[in-house]
Amino acid sequence: MEREEVKKKLEEIIKPYVQDMEAFGNISETTDLLQDLKINSAHLIDIVLDVEEAFDIEIDDESVEKMITVKDSVDTILACVTAAV
Amino acid sequence: MNRRVVVTGLGVVAPNATGLEKFRSAIRAGKSGIEKIPLLGDLKFACQIAGIPDVSEELKHQYFDELTVKVLKSTGIIYGCIAGIDAWKDAGFNVSSDSDIDWDTGCVFGSGLTGVDALRDAIYGVDALKVRRLGSRVVEQTMASGISAYMGGILGLGNQVTTNSSACSTGSEAITMCYDRIKSGQANRMLAGSCDSEGPYIWGGFDSMRVLNRKSNETPEQGSSPMSEEASGFVPGAGGGALVLEDLDSALTRGAKIYGEIIGAAVNSGGQRGEGSMTAPNPDGVKRCILQAIDSAGISPNDIDAICGHLTSTMGDVIEVDNWSKALGREGDDFPHINSLKSMIGHCLAGAGSIECVAALLQLEGGFFHSSINSENIHPEIEKVISKNKIPHTLMEATNFEVIAKSSFGFGDVNCCIIFKKWNNN
Repeated sequence: MEREEVKKKLEEIIKPYVQDMEAFGNISETTDLLQDLKINSAHLIDIVLDVEEAFDIEIDDESVEKMITVKDSVDTILACVTAAV
Repeated sequence: MNRRVVVTGLGVVAPNATGLEKFRSAIRAGKSGIEKIPLLGDLKFACQIAGIPDVSEELKHQYFDELTVKVLKSTGIIYGCIAGIDAWKDAGFNVSSDSDIDWDTGCVFGSGLTGVDALRDAIYGVDALKVRRLGSRVVEQTMASGISAYMGGILGLGNQVTTNSSACSTGSEAITMCYDRIKSGQANRMLAGSCDSEGPYIWGGFDSMRVLNRKSNETPEQGSSPMSEEASGFVPGAGGGALVLEDLDSALTRGAKIYGEIIGAAVNSGGQRGEGSMTAPNPDGVKRCILQAIDSAGISPNDIDAICGHLTSTMGDVIEVDNWSKALGREGDDFPHINSLKSMIGHCLAGAGSIECVAALLQLEGGFFHSSINSENIHPEIEKVISKNKIPHTLMEATNFEVIAKSSFGFGDVNCCIIFKKWNNN
């Protein structure tokens, strides 16, 4: 799966959880999910569950903790997808 | 400190109407919200009729964000929040996620078993070894205080924010608790309310106890008939009601609309002794509660113009009317007028007390007394105690009503009575 494709899918998943839509409009790989997009930290786990379902993967707890920016998240997803193949 | 407490905002989601103005029209018209529910038939319920509020997806989007609409399984929380937000706006306040915290306003919002549908999904998930997939929104919907937690966050309340639960007296008890808190000076303003969800998992236990009406499956609108000879079991319902209670000075200072004053209230328990039990009220407790409320209001039993009863459409109606008569020392033509909103909406369980108090205030403020529908054939034991004309079968104009008493009784032998007085600017 291509990096851009993963990124696009991830953005669709996180959009309903975003509380700062202006920051979402300027989203880039360095965007911080909690700090920039103001996503409620309790909802991060729901994003992980949605990601797992969308990509048919399982993300371990250690990797979840590393999903801080868009780049971290895409890297984590790509690693899981690759491992699954 | 002993301050006066008035009601400055109302909100309601009831089986016969969603929203205050529609509800006012519905109760004036004697509109039933009871329908046949096919699911109950499919599940082999003896009672297959119920009162469920009409809340469209479109309406939900006016009150909750997209994500919350998607995950909210607890209909009781939906009804409660809509009623609460409506009451808040009706009192003249805005709802904004970035409003300042209001340290002097709190919330007591009662519930029964609002989270049962969310809990059911969670139980299936856990049993299927999928606990890690439950997500973040199970706890807030299944904890008893889910509704007050939602309300407190939506409105930015900084005083006490809690949920009470006392079965069918929950709503009235919540109002009493808020009244006490303002009266004693611990808060200036409180959102008081209650709610309950609908569905077979809540109602199944009642169906099995044979306390629900099983004779009206083909005539749902006639199914709830408090004080009638036909009353043979209550019709289950769901919904939510909310009231903004406020210190009189605060209400006057900001020029708020005042629906009425709460001049007295009492809660107690019959201790499940004597004739009282888990399911039946001890008449000594009921009479004592009524008299305590009257005493705290500083009025005489003769000052009560009307009673909005608990009156569930069971054999308990006979006992309730008798308790009122004995407590007040009034009978026959001397008895106050009495009606039951449950005749139109069924018994909304934990939601009942607050919805019925909203109705009581609309009647007091609007100078009318709604019909107690399906009561034409009055129970002979009730007719021995009070005159037939004390139960309205059509809408009564009642501009002279100054004082209305509202009672609620619940499983566990718990009682609540609130005395509302018309607001006359003095």
